Amino acid sequence: MKLGFSPDEELFRAECADWLNGQMSGEFRDIKGVTQLTAMPERRKEWEQQLGAHGWSCIGWPEQWGGRDATLAQQVIFAEEYAGAGVPGRVNHIGIELAGPTILAFGAEEQKQRFLPDIAAGRTIFCQGFSEPNAGSDLASVRTKGRLEGGEWVVNGQKIWTSLAHISDWIFVVTRTEEGSQGPKGLSFLMMPIDQPGIEIRPIRQINGDAEFNETFFTDARCAADSLIGAVGDGWRIAMGLLAFERGVSTLGQQMGFRNELDAIIAAAKANGAARDPLIRQRIAKAETGLRLMRYGALRMLSNTNHSRIDGAALTYKIQWATWRRGLGELAMDVLGQAGEVTDGEAYEWGTLPNLFLYSRADTIYGGTNQIQRNLIAERGLGLPREPRG
Amino acid sequence: MDFALSDEQQMIADTARAFFSENATCERTRQAMAAGGADAGIDRELWRAFCTDLGLSGVGIAEAAGGAGLGLVELALVAEAAGAQVAALPMLGSLALCAQAVAAGGTAAQRDAILPALLSGEAIAAYVHDPALRAEGDLLTGESRFVLHGGAAQWFVVTSNSGAWIVPADAPGVTVRIQTTMDQTRPLACVTLTGAQGQPLTDPPAAIARAHTCGFITLAAEALGGAQATLDRTVAYAMERVQFGRPIASFQAYKHRLADMMIEIEQARSAVWWAACAADEASDEADLAVHAAKAFCADTYFMCAGNMIQLHGGIGFTWEHDAHLYFKRSRAIMSSLGDGAWHREQVATHILGALA
Repeated sequence: MKLGFSPDEELFRAECADWLNGQMSGEFRDIKGVTQLTAMPERRKEWEQQLGAHGWSCIGWPEQWGGRDATLAQQVIFAEEYAGAGVPGRVNHIGIELAGPTILAFGAEEQKQRFLPDIAAGRTIFCQGFSEPNAGSDLASVRTKGRLEGGEWVVNGQKIWTSLAHISDWIFVVTRTEEGSQGPKGLSFLMMPIDQPGIEIRPIRQINGDAEFNETFFTDARCAADSLIGAVGDGWRIAMGLLAFERGVSTLGQQMGFRNELDAIIAAAKANGAARDPLIRQRIAKAETGLRLMRYGALRMLSNTNHSRIDGAALTYKIQWATWRRGLGELAMDVLGQAGEVTDGEAYEWGTLPNLFLYSRADTIYGGTNQIQRNLIAERGLGLPREPRG
Repeated sequence: MDFALSDEQQMIADTARAFFSENATCERTRQAMAAGGADAGIDRELWRAFCTDLGLSGVGIAEAAGGAGLGLVELALVAEAAGAQVAALPMLGSLALCAQAVAAGGTAAQRDAILPALLSGEAIAAYVHDPALRAEGDLLTGESRFVLHGGAAQWFVVTSNSGAWIVPADAPGVTVRIQTTMDQTRPLACVTLTGAQGQPLTDPPAAIARAHTCGFITLAAEALGGAQATLDRTVAYAMERVQFGRPIASFQAYKHRLADMMIEIEQARSAVWWAACAADEASDEADLAVHAAKAFCADTYFMCAGNMIQLHGGIGFTWEHDAHLYFKRSRAIMSSLGDGAWHREQVATHILGALA
């Protein structure tokens, strides 16, 4: 067991920091510190193309596909320096964290060539079409239908909570391709171009006033027959494999965003005197502890090479960070006091901390609600009897 | 960076777990709980076997000082295994606090005089911390009401916030009063010093810092082991116990409480590894880590032990069932060496500055 980094790794850290800080004080200084996911999408796409052009987009991927074959330690370092330099989160996070790894794991050679270099280069932005109005926690009950017709897949139905669909180029869709099938059987995994007459995107306004999420309607939407990942009927297996990628190295980058949020709370508490309140100090200490434990839990999870054992750190990670962050939003409001409930200007737009308070209510819902997480932990982690499933 | 147990560390963990689950049985723990006087709360045969047969009593103490070498990660693995069985042993006071203090801040003569006896289990030392201790030269006057296994000690290591001394238990001016203690595996004595002659350690700051670091990590690791044991035992019970025609483990209200235990325990494991590894590497965050780990793991254990009673129903409230051993130990760990609020305030001081 070892926490420190080697001299070579520290050199790599300096290289990352130099380049990132140079970009954020140079050509891309206008996007430094932007946190709202929907802000300045065009500039951020340009930024992600810049990352790709310099080989910093997906450093853990094989070199062949635009990565650097970076070691785990290097990926950890890059994620830390990325957020530390105030670089905004990736608008193509679905592409680099979910679509890319899924294609790497399950795609055909031709599909890898078609998609991976463009994802790494920031030229293809992906979004995710899983949930439906009647398939939320019960994801296997999707009804969106796909059929083969004239050498193309034709898709009809509706997806919901498609994050950033309005700025994306492609969507991956779990569709029911076997007529009359139920549950996890008869589903297939399709990659579809978004810019076509059969796909309509309508924004969903959220409790923070922003509209990151969408409803996406498919009316005889089309994609080529070879846009299917894996085999017909393989959709559930691939979707479940994809959800496992959500716990990859990207979690460390996400945590650096959390670090910035907690630092903003600490700064606010120092500025308004809340830092002298013993109860606030206790809660800040708890939040700090929780964040550190998240980091070390993620490092345990990433260092675990014994995949035969149940990885408790990985299994509990989602509910841990989501619950922590929801609590952080509540702490932010208690530190700000009533001043957190008003904002300058006429628009219903909130600064980082009030926005955190509102947005974090979604964290314990999307990607598997806390209740679903507890079921999974109880059943997979503790071996307790299963809840009924379709 | 590699945050996983090495093969050697895994072997130590497995060895310690096998030793304690085989030897620190509930029957033997209960015998130690029922004993009085100097044997209260100590399974003497277990202590002898741990110190001499297993050979892990010197873990975390340099070989040059007579220890077994290795670090605090290994110490934590041993403490976790002992905590899982609520073993009735003076490991915390005699080894993690006293032996560590003497090894870190004592003279060569003091180390030679005391460490072999402590590490072999022939003698027991107990840790007396009194921030208000008065020292006139090396004549000490002060008191601590909560000295772990103080009734069994041949020596006391006495610390204030700035000084550290060794005091033989039979020295003039030393009074030891054994108290009935809620956690009978951790009996607390009231130790009063009235002008007692102490032998000063040469480097008190090093002794105090090392003892507290090792003490916090040991408590955190014991809490982790205990919490995991409450979860494992409650899961086993829930799979067997049938009500309404189903194992109670199949009810969602029940499953979710067990899941909540696992969520906290996994974080507690990260906390113990982090604190021990950061201390071994003398990292900048080591002090923050040991305070955070002690507070977090103690809270986790208490939550889990409370759940163990609730989820067992009536049987969990009986003296006969082991649930109360875990519950009482968890409460004792919360109070020992600073409560959660104090440790969190230390964490807060690291990030917010001291409270003026």
